[in-house]
Amino acid sequence: MAKTIDARGLSCPQPVLMTLDGIKAGNDDELIVLVDSDASKENVSRAATSKGWMLAGISEESGVYRIAIRKG
Amino acid sequence: MGKMKNIFAGSWGIIGVGIGIGILAPLLQKLGNPGNMGICVACFERDIAGALGLHRADVVQYIRPEIIGFVLGSLLAAYLFKEFRPRLGSAPIVRFFLGVFAMIGALVFLGCPWRAALRLAGGDGNAILGLLGLVFGVWIGTLFLKGGYNLGRTQKTHTAAGWMLPLLMAGLLGLLFVFPPIAGEAKSGVLFYSLKGPGSMHAPLFISLGVGLLIGFLAQRSRFCTMGAIRDFVLFRQTHLLSGFVALIVTAWIVNFLLGQFKPGFEGQPVAHTMQLWNFLGMALSGLAFCLAGGCPGRQLFLSGEGDGDAAVFVMGMIVGAGIAHNFGLASSPAGVGPYGIPALIIGFGVCLFIGFTMRQKIA
Repeated sequence: MAKTIDARGLSCPQPVLMTLDGIKAGNDDELIVLVDSDASKENVSRAATSKGWMLAGISEESGVYRIAIRKG
Repeated sequence: MGKMKNIFAGSWGIIGVGIGIGILAPLLQKLGNPGNMGICVACFERDIAGALGLHRADVVQYIRPEIIGFVLGSLLAAYLFKEFRPRLGSAPIVRFFLGVFAMIGALVFLGCPWRAALRLAGGDGNAILGLLGLVFGVWIGTLFLKGGYNLGRTQKTHTAAGWMLPLLMAGLLGLLFVFPPIAGEAKSGVLFYSLKGPGSMHAPLFISLGVGLLIGFLAQRSRFCTMGAIRDFVLFRQTHLLSGFVALIVTAWIVNFLLGQFKPGFEGQPVAHTMQLWNFLGMALSGLAFCLAGGCPGRQLFLSGEGDGDAAVFVMGMIVGAGIAHNFGLASSPAGVGPYGIPALIIGFGVCLFIGFTMRQKIA
């Protein structure tokens, strides 16, 4: 089960900082990030790919985006 | 449309929006807006405060349609692309005071980051100090961000709550139509107008409003933010937003040059002073406050259009801050800093540092 980072209700740059902390921690090869704005979704995706991680999938449920990222 | 990929989220999207603003702002100046002030979010909110009588500096009073357009254009884009999300509750009172001091800092420098860029693009060398100050202020803010500073989570709210600032803007537009300027009169109904000075200089109403709506729409799609441009580069070495800000400066410089509006120098620049330390520190205070609040003054308007009630509170803080700045002699003028501008800056830094040091919420 991938670790989940809950960044709902937080605005830039918090979701990105939390995602990068998760990546830097180095404990996981896959992370799930929850955000609830389109700007955060784009920012988290951009930050993850800039660190060489892949977007494994994005799904939306009642206004919350579930972004799955995987180590490249 | 809602699930369409956002073409403005890419590199060319943000650069395109920067180029668009870089063309439109000097054109607004050509059509009547004040010098190197095609667009200035802080100055224009200050003019709105003046038009409503929240301060009585008679040279800076006008309901600026660009500001109204920024919010309503963003609202339109947010609805079209299903991004209108009414939300609030992330320490609104703190955001209010950040808005107040962001405005005080901006009025010591005489411009927000948008105008700092446009002043540079118009040849005003004093803007270099302002932009350096902005970078310095944002850099201090990033130290707080790295240390865990944040104002907490927002909550979903009523749709109507997200409409509060857009409705206020619609109301201001209504006032402008009901009480239009009367030649030679300093007052029309409840609105004050400037007979001289920057407040008397403006592009035709519908052009200002149209440009505001267009920029509001595009900026909502692209998340254009002048503070974020610097913050993301300092924090993550990410150049996405920065590319848009740089595109704005370069384009505005070229357009100013073509329009004969490029006049290099330090002395005698329009609505500017040459007290460089205060240019630097004024914009530094602003940059710090914007960074702690998560967006430049333009971005706060665009977020308000998307239903972000906290950004709306920041905007109200800026408008009230403009009233305070002019009523108590904190704002600068071309002659230099105001009588109480320097103590106000010191208090502003004290308040922002207090907020930065004390508001660290552990996010579970």
